[in-house]
Amino acid sequence: MREEKGIFYRIDWLVVGLYLALVFIGWLNIYAAVYNETHNHIVDLTQKYGKQMIFIIAAMLLAMGILIIDPKFFSQFAWFIYGFFLFLLVVVIFSGREVAGSKGWFAIGGFGVQPAEFAKMATVLALAKYLGTLDVSLARFRSLVIASAIILVPAVIVLLQHDTGSAIVFLALVIVLYRAGITGFIPLAFIVLPVLGILALVVPKLILAGLLLAIAGVFYFFSNRKLRSIMIISMVFLGSVAFIFSIDFAVNKILEPHQRNRIHVLLGQDVDLKGAGYNVNQSLIAIGSGRFFGKGFLQGTQTKYNFVPEQSTDFIFCTIGEEWGFLGSAVLLILYMSLFIRVILMAERQRSRFSRFYGYGLASILFFHFAINIGMTLGLVPVIGIPLPYVSYGGSSLWAFTILLFIFIRQDSYRYDLV
Amino acid sequence: MERIYADRKYIIIGFFLLIGLLYLVRLFYVQILVDKYILSANNNVLRYVTQYPARGLVFDRTGKLLVYNEAAYDLMVVPRQVKNPDTMALCHLIGIDKAEFINRLERARAFSPYRPSIFEAQITRDSYGFLEEKLFLFPGFYVQPRTLRKYTYPVAAHAFGYIGEAGPDVIEKNPYYRSGDYIGINGIEKSYEETLRGKKGMKIRVFDVLNRDKGSFRDGKYDTTSVAGTDLYSSLDAELQEYGELLMTNKKGSIVAIEPQTGEILCVVTSPSYDPNLLAGNIRKKNYTKLLQDTVFVPLFNRALMAMYPPGSTFKLVDALVGQQEGVLFPETSYGCPGGFPLGNGKKVGCHPHPSPLDLIGAIQISCNSYFCRVFKSIIDKKSYLSTRQAYESWRKEVMSFGFGKKLGIDIPGELNGNIPTPTYYDKYHGKNRWRSMTIISLAIGQGEIGITPMQLANQAALISNRGWYYTPHIIRAIGRKDSLNKAYSTKNRVLVDQKYFDVVIEGMANVITNGTGKIAKIDSITMGGKTGTAQNPHGKNHSIFIAFAPVQNTKIAISVVVENAGYGAAWAAPIASLMIEKYLNRVVKRKDLEESMTSGNLINGKQPESERGKGNILPD
Repeated sequence: MREEKGIFYRIDWLVVGLYLALVFIGWLNIYAAVYNETHNHIVDLTQKYGKQMIFIIAAMLLAMGILIIDPKFFSQFAWFIYGFFLFLLVVVIFSGREVAGSKGWFAIGGFGVQPAEFAKMATVLALAKYLGTLDVSLARFRSLVIASAIILVPAVIVLLQHDTGSAIVFLALVIVLYRAGITGFIPLAFIVLPVLGILALVVPKLILAGLLLAIAGVFYFFSNRKLRSIMIISMVFLGSVAFIFSIDFAVNKILEPHQRNRIHVLLGQDVDLKGAGYNVNQSLIAIGSGRFFGKGFLQGTQTKYNFVPEQSTDFIFCTIGEEWGFLGSAVLLILYMSLFIRVILMAERQRSRFSRFYGYGLASILFFHFAINIGMTLGLVPVIGIPLPYVSYGGSSLWAFTILLFIFIRQDSYRYDLV
Repeated sequence: MERIYADRKYIIIGFFLLIGLLYLVRLFYVQILVDKYILSANNNVLRYVTQYPARGLVFDRTGKLLVYNEAAYDLMVVPRQVKNPDTMALCHLIGIDKAEFINRLERARAFSPYRPSIFEAQITRDSYGFLEEKLFLFPGFYVQPRTLRKYTYPVAAHAFGYIGEAGPDVIEKNPYYRSGDYIGINGIEKSYEETLRGKKGMKIRVFDVLNRDKGSFRDGKYDTTSVAGTDLYSSLDAELQEYGELLMTNKKGSIVAIEPQTGEILCVVTSPSYDPNLLAGNIRKKNYTKLLQDTVFVPLFNRALMAMYPPGSTFKLVDALVGQQEGVLFPETSYGCPGGFPLGNGKKVGCHPHPSPLDLIGAIQISCNSYFCRVFKSIIDKKSYLSTRQAYESWRKEVMSFGFGKKLGIDIPGELNGNIPTPTYYDKYHGKNRWRSMTIISLAIGQGEIGITPMQLANQAALISNRGWYYTPHIIRAIGRKDSLNKAYSTKNRVLVDQKYFDVVIEGMANVITNGTGKIAKIDSITMGGKTGTAQNPHGKNHSIFIAFAPVQNTKIAISVVVENAGYGAAWAAPIASLMIEKYLNRVVKRKDLEESMTSGNLINGKQPESERGKGNILPD
């Protein structure tokens, strides 16, 4: 056993370093976001940066705890953990506390804990467990249904808590399915359909339908012109047309008014800068006013004087953009990109299928949070309230992302011992 | 089986990098390529708070404070910050009811929820004291100090003018002014606006999203300080001005007094007038409308500068001077007066009974119409001129050198030109070259189309006492320091009549007082020259006019008095001028009876008390 060499043996210090850098950047900017002259002591527990300090210390302890747990525990207890968190997700609907319109919080002591954050970890575990089973092949319809169900069941329950943002995050796991071998059309559809939907809201529908017909024509021209190909092309075409004609209905009837507004804001159709467009506009103002070098630590006026709402949580990137400028923002993007790519490369070096799919699950969830959160502050994605991993203020999300990452680091450090 | 899909890691990594790159490009665009966000950021947090300097003060010639500033307080509200206020308490403090409170709050909110609006303008000093203590109870409300113009003496309203918010036309033309700034609208407040206003300063403050002041921007590095307005030293004598307004109670007309050696205006009374405090601050609009609608007293009309009168017999002095200058009149020139001056068509310019014939001094002394008609006729018909027109043009040029028929250029806005008719006017009226000296003979006795303002009349008295020159009258003698004279008024204007011709006229004017048409004005202790006048008024009773200067040697005051619808110059104008001279030179008036009868005389509401003065003293002129 190589365990004798200590629990820190073969840990991937690069990924731990990236993690620590992000956590530090997060704390620094939470401090800047809520900084004021009267509360400037760094361990003031009445202030968010004081609390975040506690959250970070707790996260470190959790990380070390995970590093001493037997790595086999997670694959063996994957279903149990999944079941446990599904149970909590249901319980919280009935007994939870309502925060900002979503009933997803348990009140423990003075803090709120959000099971949905941990359910992501549980779902990744369960999905990896299922896909890691030797006889599972996504080419089979039954396996596809089960794998989809593992993802969708918690997503639907979270949706019932009125936490649309967290529910959408589960869909990121389609990347895992893609890596596990489902047809590329499905993840492609995840990218194409939103684009098509947005086009349908902006471009007149008949023109868009004509455009689709032209594209279908091009496909037909280059296809082998067998009946099967013609059928597929026709069905995709008809499906797309049906989709663009039903998008209005979807936007107007299914989405809630505030979500509808956010889409209008994104499309530039809502210029009410004091109403629904306020957040994004102020966010862009804060980031844009940072210029190349930024205004300097604690010098950001837009964030310090609360022009940007939710600036320590969902809009924390504004503080970074304003105070650290393009330079600092670019460094942060590079840190994230390095983390994602490092996790994927680590996943690829796993010998166990469970560990590999777990790694992909981790990368998918982190990437999705990153893309939605920063895309939102840059006005590229509708406002969806999900945190920036490791950087945003909040105990639940920091702990959940820490556990998610360190389970993988633990698996990775153990990779040679599994045969 | 599974290995086939290992290549997909490149697609996934590629997708991640693509999004990362997209965001990097977007950041570059937002942070570096476009400017609008940094501009909006500054708009968000920076407020340019104007520092208003104190407006300059105005003192009178004896050093008394005339115009000063008093702090006033506006109660401001930022609707967004208003939280469950104790409505009733606040209503009670500023004296409004709850409906009005809600109404005002809604109006402020409609303007802007985040920006301050005036909730109650110029709250009283008492409620301010009380409010200041309680204001923390009413979040969203604060008090903004302002300055209000105040006047120590309720006099000289037209000369002071008033200030008010700069209108859109001013703001458009002059970049100094912003909406809400004050600007002088009339009087010296207008003509000395740039001196009085000083220079605004600018403080840049940082505000948070709830519009709370977070301190100065970059420690005040970009702030500019305001420069206080410059004080003005007026040549007005506040006591004389006040006395003049008292004498003119219930009369229409004006009194203008000038110090001849300097051109400094000692008083400029126009009546009816109003208390200048009525047009200061938030009561201005209401009072202005009221004053504007008063068609009986017309208190906003500045008669001293804007009323034109035919000068009547006071113009005979001009005839006397121009006649000598033209060489057609000599002190010993003597004309007889057969009760008038025959016009040749059976009509005549009438004259009152008096000894005849008279020399120049005698003619001035008893104001003979015939004498000056002959003088005027001899000027216009002088042989050396080729035509009536040429003679008239020469006459007109000399007359206008007295400051008539054109703006004097005084430092109070609004003065009129007056009118010395042009030859073209007579051409139009009578036909080209179809007018002769006899056609325009009424000019000789200051009647007809000729129009002169009270200011010009006073200046005439001043320039005669100076023997042929005058400084342009002005009401501000010094700017900034008491002893620094107003440089704009340091040029002597010379009349086109030689100095030597004045002595005889002055002697005639002295005789007017000692034993002539103006003897009612006589003061035993003071030598004086004067001339009565009566302006014919086609709309009613004639206007009483008097000009004078005193003492005759080393003159200290030259004065013109016009009392409308008051009859002969000796009836009202002369005694008033006399009282003014006594007041100015002796500082006390001993002739209380005369003072009382002048003060109590009411010439506006019809009642015309017969004064106790002997009728023999009021001679026609």
